Order: sequence, then C-alpha cells, then structure tokens
Amino acid sequence: MSYEELLTEIALSDERFIVMTAENRALVRNIPAKLGNRFIDTGITEQTMIGAAAGLALRGRTPVVHALASFLTMRAFEFVRTDAGIPNLPVKLSSFIPGFLSDGNGPTHQAVEDISLMRGIPNMTVFAPADEDDLVKMLPQIWNHPNPSYVRINTRKTDYQHSPFELGKAEIIAEGEDVTILTYGLLFEQALIAVDILKNEGLSVGLINMRSLKPVDEHAILHATRNSKLTVTLEDHFLTGGLYSIVAEVLLKHGLTANVLPFALNEKWFKPSLLPNVMEHEGFTGKQIAEKILGYNTRFHQPQIAVPQFSE
Amino acid sequence: MQSVITNTNQLEAIALKVREHIIKMSTDGGCFVGASLSAADLIVYLYSEFLNVNPNNLTDPNRDYLFLSKGHDVPALYGTFAELGLLDKDRLKNHLSLSDNIYWHPNTKIPGIEFHSGSLGHLPSVAIGVAMDIKIKGGNNKVVCIMGDGELNEGTCWEAVLVANAYKLDNLIFVIDRNHFQANMATEDLIPLEPLHDKFTAFGASVKRINGHSFEALHEAFSAFPFETGKLNVVIADTVRGKGLPSIERRADRWFCNFSATEVEDLLKELHGEHTTQLTSETLVVR
Repeated sequence: MSYEELLTEIALSDERFIVMTAENRALVRNIPAKLGNRFIDTGITEQTMIGAAAGLALRGRTPVVHALASFLTMRAFEFVRTDAGIPNLPVKLSSFIPGFLSDGNGPTHQAVEDISLMRGIPNMTVFAPADEDDLVKMLPQIWNHPNPSYVRINTRKTDYQHSPFELGKAEIIAEGEDVTILTYGLLFEQALIAVDILKNEGLSVGLINMRSLKPVDEHAILHATRNSKLTVTLEDHFLTGGLYSIVAEVLLKHGLTANVLPFALNEKWFKPSLLPNVMEHEGFTGKQIAEKILGYNTRFHQPQIAVPQFSE
Repeated sequence: MQSVITNTNQLEAIALKVREHIIKMSTDGGCFVGASLSAADLIVYLYSEFLNVNPNNLTDPNRDYLFLSKGHDVPALYGTFAELGLLDKDRLKNHLSLSDNIYWHPNTKIPGIEFHSGSLGHLPSVAIGVAMDIKIKGGNNKVVCIMGDGELNEGTCWEAVLVANAYKLDNLIFVIDRNHFQANMATEDLIPLEPLHDKFTAFGASVKRINGHSFEALHEAFSAFPFETGKLNVVIADTVRGKGLPSIERRADRWFCNFSATEVEDLLKELHGEHTTQLTSETLVVR
C-alpha cells in the first residue's frame, strides 16, 4: 500500500480528516477528486496553511498537512510551535523530501535540522520511517493520536518487512556485541548493507530502526550502549539535535557514557547532486559506513542506490 | 539609454542560445524547464541592456544588482551568463555534477549570483536591504528582483512591497515573471492573483504591465526607470511558461522535466521551428 492509498482510505472512512497542502501535490495527486471539499490547497503559503490547520483542528478536525520538509519545519516553524504546539492540536505534518532526499536542490531545500527543531516543541511527536512499508505501518497510530505529529516522509521501497509499529518503540532488527547501529529514515537501506559487510568481517552486529524519535525508546538506546562495544548513530541530519544528541541526552539522564561514533552532517550542508552521488560524496553508502567502522577497506561491492521517484 | 531599441535581432539571437542551454540542462536529472523558458527574455534583456553588470565589475559595490528570487529559473540565468561571458560555457555541462556548483537553485559560488535562493519570498526583502543601503550612501545603483507569480502566494512578498513603499525605494524594481502558472496548475485556478496591477498600485507601487517576451516593450518600460519619484517600481511581465517550445508551452505538467537525450535533440530542433516533439518521459511535477 502506498502513502496516498493509505491516506485516501483513512480520510474516506473518517470524516474528521482533512488533507491539506501548500501546493506540494506529489504525495496527494489523486486525493482532490476523492475527498472533494476535505482537500484544501492553500497555494505556496506554508504559514497560512498551518494556521488554518490549527483552526480546523479547533473545530474537531485532524488535518494532515503537506509541504517540502524545509519549508514546513522552518518557514512555518513559529506557526507550528504557536498554533499547533501550544494548544496541543492534532495537526499532522507530512514532510516531503527531508534529509538527503532533496538531492540536487541545494541548501534552501535541505531539511537536515528538522528532527532537532520539531522535537524541541512541547507536545509535538516525531517519527522517521525507514521505507514505505515502515511508513504505512506507523501512520494509522500517529494520525489517530491526539498530539501534533511530524513525520519525515520516506516512500522508498526496500525488501525489508517491518514488524508492527508501536508508538515510542524502536524496531530491533538485530542484536550484536561488537557494534550496534542506530538509525532512522532512508539510511536504513545503507545500514542493512553495512551490517552485512561487518558480519562478513566477523563482527557481532546489532541494528536498530529508531522509528519513533519523540517519544524515543530509551530502553533500546540503553540496551544497545550497554551490550555493544561501539554504538553508531547514523542519520542524514546535522550532528546537532538529531539522533546523536538524543543518545547523548538519554545516556546523561541515566548517568552513563558510551563509545559512540556518529555519522551526521557536522556544521555543513551537503553538496547538491543526484541522490546516489550525494550519498557517495558525503560518505553515507553502506560500504563507506562499514569501512569507517572497521578502519580498513573491504572488497565488498556497494549495490546501486536508486534515484528518487520525485525530484523537487 | 536610447528610448528606441535598435538591436532586437541581436537580443533575440542571444535569447535563442539561452533557450538552447536550458533545454540541454533538462536531462540527466532535469531542471525547471518551463519557468526558465518564461524568464529567459527578461533576463537576457536586463543583463544586456539595463544592468551595469559585467565580468569585470562583479565585486564593485557601484554595480547594479539582480536578485533571482524564484530561483528555479536559474538555468536561464546561467545560460545568459554563458552567452555574455560571465560564465564559461563548458561549465553548463557540469549541471548537477559534484565537480561544480550548478544545480537546481542559484548559489553564490557562481560569480554574478548575488544571493542564493530557492525558498520563495526571501529575496524581495534582501533586495530591500541592498536598496536601503544605496539610499543611505547616496548611490545610483539599480536593484532588480525577479519574482515568480506563484511566488506571490508567499506573504513575505507583500510585506516587502509595504516596506519598500514605506521607505520610498524608487531605486528598486520588482519584476514579476507573470507566466500564469505555479507548480501544478494555472495561478487563477488555485490562488487567483488578478487584478495584479491594482494590487501593487493599492500598496503604493508604480506599476507597468508589459509583454515579457517583447524586447521593444521591455525597453520602453525599463527606459522609464525610475517610474515615479519615491515609489517602488513594479514591472508585471506577462510571459508564457515554456516559451519557445510549443510542446512545453502553457502545460501544467511541464514544470520540472527530466528529458531523455533523444527528446533533448528533438526539442532543440523544435526550438528552431522544425517540428513539435513527442514527449514521452515521465513528467515530474512537484514542489
């Protein structure tokens, strides 16, 4: 099932749902014809869309709103915080082309601080699916939850069949004593490749799909850091405020420390190009991740990375 | 400046070359073809005839400024830079390559780009800051900001008009590339803008509405700069999205295009009037 099919099904079966967009129709192309006046396109007006979503929520609606991740989280930030965050209204943010998915657009379109910004808002919940299967498994619970939410939309297809979603719980893919990789979003694909390489090199390797970044699964983080010699945080996000920061906060809260290797963007935006080039250039392919962890090169062949279905 | 333009043939030849560059950038990852084609004549005119900007004065604070606010029409700007000697033509082949900095939105690593853009409704205010400083220092530089019509959805565009009016920035020109489309559909079918002339006039600007593909009309309008003492200048340039290629013109689904090599060859022939191209590539229309 696709994002659009799921949203259509839920919205048709529940009158509370309103589908909104600030003229970002990539994910909702066929919805206007099906939802009639419960589809609202406010044009290129992210701030007004969020304010209007709050007004609709005030009347008992659950607006699911769409825009590019950078504009949804940053241009409309104060509207999200003030109009959805303060009154704790169920405004559901679906952010398009977050992280590396904005590939050739340039820094204006790179949402690589979205997790940091959104999780800083009281009442806001934050999620990052590994692929389309993960996305479709998590959305019904997120959309039926009373709080505002932020979902880093990722509709990429992988062969992985995810376990059922539970809000606030990470998905434990594998446990390992040498290394555990914590990740979210599209880098899950590359983490799977990295795990294969590391296992092939004889290491005991764990992998956790974080899924729910706020509320976060503290137990999963504590378990991984206690039971692995090395914990890796892997994210297409700034080093500041994302998963690395979350892990640091959780450890400090429990009076602990750990050996943590972060993969993130450190005080820089990424070089714009098509997605496979971006991943290679920034050092985020499965092979590059594994070899950085190992400290040496392998003969492993990096599988091709699919070009996104949509550009900007 | 002459009130009658004499070199329209020369400008048309440059604009045709610029359109060739745009088509050549619409493959191997693609670009925003429709908006680039609508803005091409405007940008060629401004750099050829109106602005005091050349390869030798890019860092001179007394040069004129052009801010490309909608940003995704940057292939038209790069094409113009290449034709006017501001950018090596060979570098256009590096579109989307990691070896260069030519991608879907403008950035200042390319000399001549004044400010990065891509997030709509930012550069009207940046242009105001530059125009304010020129007023404070008593300079004569002209400041042009090209905006898209879809971009006018963003509230900050209108805040900028209010502020420009308050500070009587008659050294500033907002040029609207009125191609009548935003990403997915006709502007008037989504967030209607008309009567656009009246909106700007009501906000205190001095407005001219012209055919944005006529070099004579562009010349007549810009020769009258500053339009009225103490007023923001606004030029509404009526244009055609996809101008020059009938198979792209005025089509809501031809916004962002990633054509095959064969299609690019056919489109280049179409540009020279040979035939209309049968486009089969999957069209990408998202914002």
